[in-house]
Amino acid sequence: MDLDFAIKCIPLFWAAGKLTVTLAFFGIILSLVIGFICAVLQYYRIPFLKQLAGIYIELARNTPLMVQLFFLFFGLPRLGILIPGKTCAIIGLAFLGGAYMAEAFRGGFSAVGKTQLEAGLSLGLSRLQLLRYVIFPQALAVSLPVISASTIFLMKETSVFSIVALPDLMYLAKDLLKEGHSIESNLMLVISYLVIILPVSLFFAYLERRARFAGFGS
Amino acid sequence: MARLMEGLWITVWISMLSVGLSVLFGIPFGLLMAAKTRVVAKLMRIYLEFIRVMPILVMLFLFYYSLSRVFGINLSAYFVSVLVFTIWGAAEMADLVRASVTSLPAHQWESGRALGLSSLQVSLFIIVPQAIRRLLPGVINLTTRMIKTTPFVFFINIPDLMKVGQQIVEVAGMRNHLASVWVYGFIFFIYFIICYPISLFSRYLEGRWQ
Repeated sequence: MDLDFAIKCIPLFWAAGKLTVTLAFFGIILSLVIGFICAVLQYYRIPFLKQLAGIYIELARNTPLMVQLFFLFFGLPRLGILIPGKTCAIIGLAFLGGAYMAEAFRGGFSAVGKTQLEAGLSLGLSRLQLLRYVIFPQALAVSLPVISASTIFLMKETSVFSIVALPDLMYLAKDLLKEGHSIESNLMLVISYLVIILPVSLFFAYLERRARFAGFGS
Repeated sequence: MARLMEGLWITVWISMLSVGLSVLFGIPFGLLMAAKTRVVAKLMRIYLEFIRVMPILVMLFLFYYSLSRVFGINLSAYFVSVLVFTIWGAAEMADLVRASVTSLPAHQWESGRALGLSSLQVSLFIIVPQAIRRLLPGVINLTTRMIKTTPFVFFINIPDLMKVGQQIVEVAGMRNHLASVWVYGFIFFIYFIICYPISLFSRYLEGRWQ
C-alpha cells in the first residue's frame, strides 16, 4: 500500500472521473428524452410508431450495452459510418437507457386513473394539455423510483466505456494496473465511483420522498 | 461458429451458476433484512447500498487484481467472476426477498397463528408459497440481468462470447471486410434470442399472478 502514489493519482482520477460524469450526464438526459417520447407514442397508441417503439424497447432491453458498443464502434465503421468514441458511448448509453426510461414512464402513465383522463377531457383539455397538466405530474411521481434505479444502473454501465478507447475511470485503472499499482489504483477506483454515484443515489432518495404527494386518483 | 458456441457455453454456464448461488445466498440474506434485529438489518442495508452503487466491473477488478496482492490468494478468473456476480446477485435477491416478505400483510401471519398452526407451519404453508409467487418474476428478471452482465468477464480475459467474437474478427477481418459487422451483429442477436423469451416469461408470470 503506497498512499503517496494514491494521492499523486488524484488529478488523473479527477480528469477521468470528469469524462465519466460528462458521458453519463448526456447519455442519461438523452435516454430520458427518448424514453419519454417512446412512452408517449405507446400511450396514445399512435399506429406504426407505436410498434416501432415496442421493437426498439425489446431490442435494447434484452442485449448488453457492451455488445451494442462493440457493434457501434467496430462494426459500423466497416459500413462507412464512422462515429467517434465519445459520441459512440453517448449513443450507446442513450440507446440502452431510452428503453429502460420508456418502461419507467410507461409504468407511470398506466398508473394514472382513467377517471383522471375523462375528467380532463370533459374540461375541454386538448391531448397535449392533458399530457402536460394531468398525466405527467402524476405519472412522474409513480415512475420516479424506477427512473432513479435506471439512472444508477446506467451510471454503473458507464464503466464499460473503456472498450471504445475512452480514457475514463476504468481505462485509467487498467493503465495503472499495468504499472503494477493494482491496490492503490483499485482503491482510488472504488472511491471515485462512490464519490460519483452515492450523491446521485442520495439525491434520488430525497426526490422520491418529496414526490410522494401524488397518491390520489388511483 | 463452433468457437462462438464455446464462448456462449461459458457465458451461459457462468450466469446460471451465479444465479443459482445468488438465490441460495439471497434468501437467507433477505430474511435477515426483514428481521427485526436492528443491527443485522443495518449491516445488510450497508452491504446492499454498497453493491447498488458499485459498478460490477469495478468489483471484478478489485477481486481479480487486488485480492491476490493483499491476501496472497490467487483465484482463477472463472472463480472470481462467479464470486463477484454472486455477491451482486445475492444483494439484489435479498432485496427482492425482503420486499416480498414485508409486502405480505401481517394478518396472514396472525390468522395462521390464530388457527393454531405453529410458527414453522405458518412459514411453510402460508408465508413461503405466497412469497414465492411474488418472488419468481423478480428472480427471472435477475437471470436476464445476470446474462446481460456476463460480457464484463471479457475484461478479466475469460473467453466468453464477446472475447471469442473479437478473436474471430481479428482473424477474419483481414479477408472479410465486413466481418466485424456480421460477428457483432450475430452476437447481438444471440443475446436477444436468449434474453427475450426469458423476459416475456417473467412478464407472463407477473400478469398471471398479480
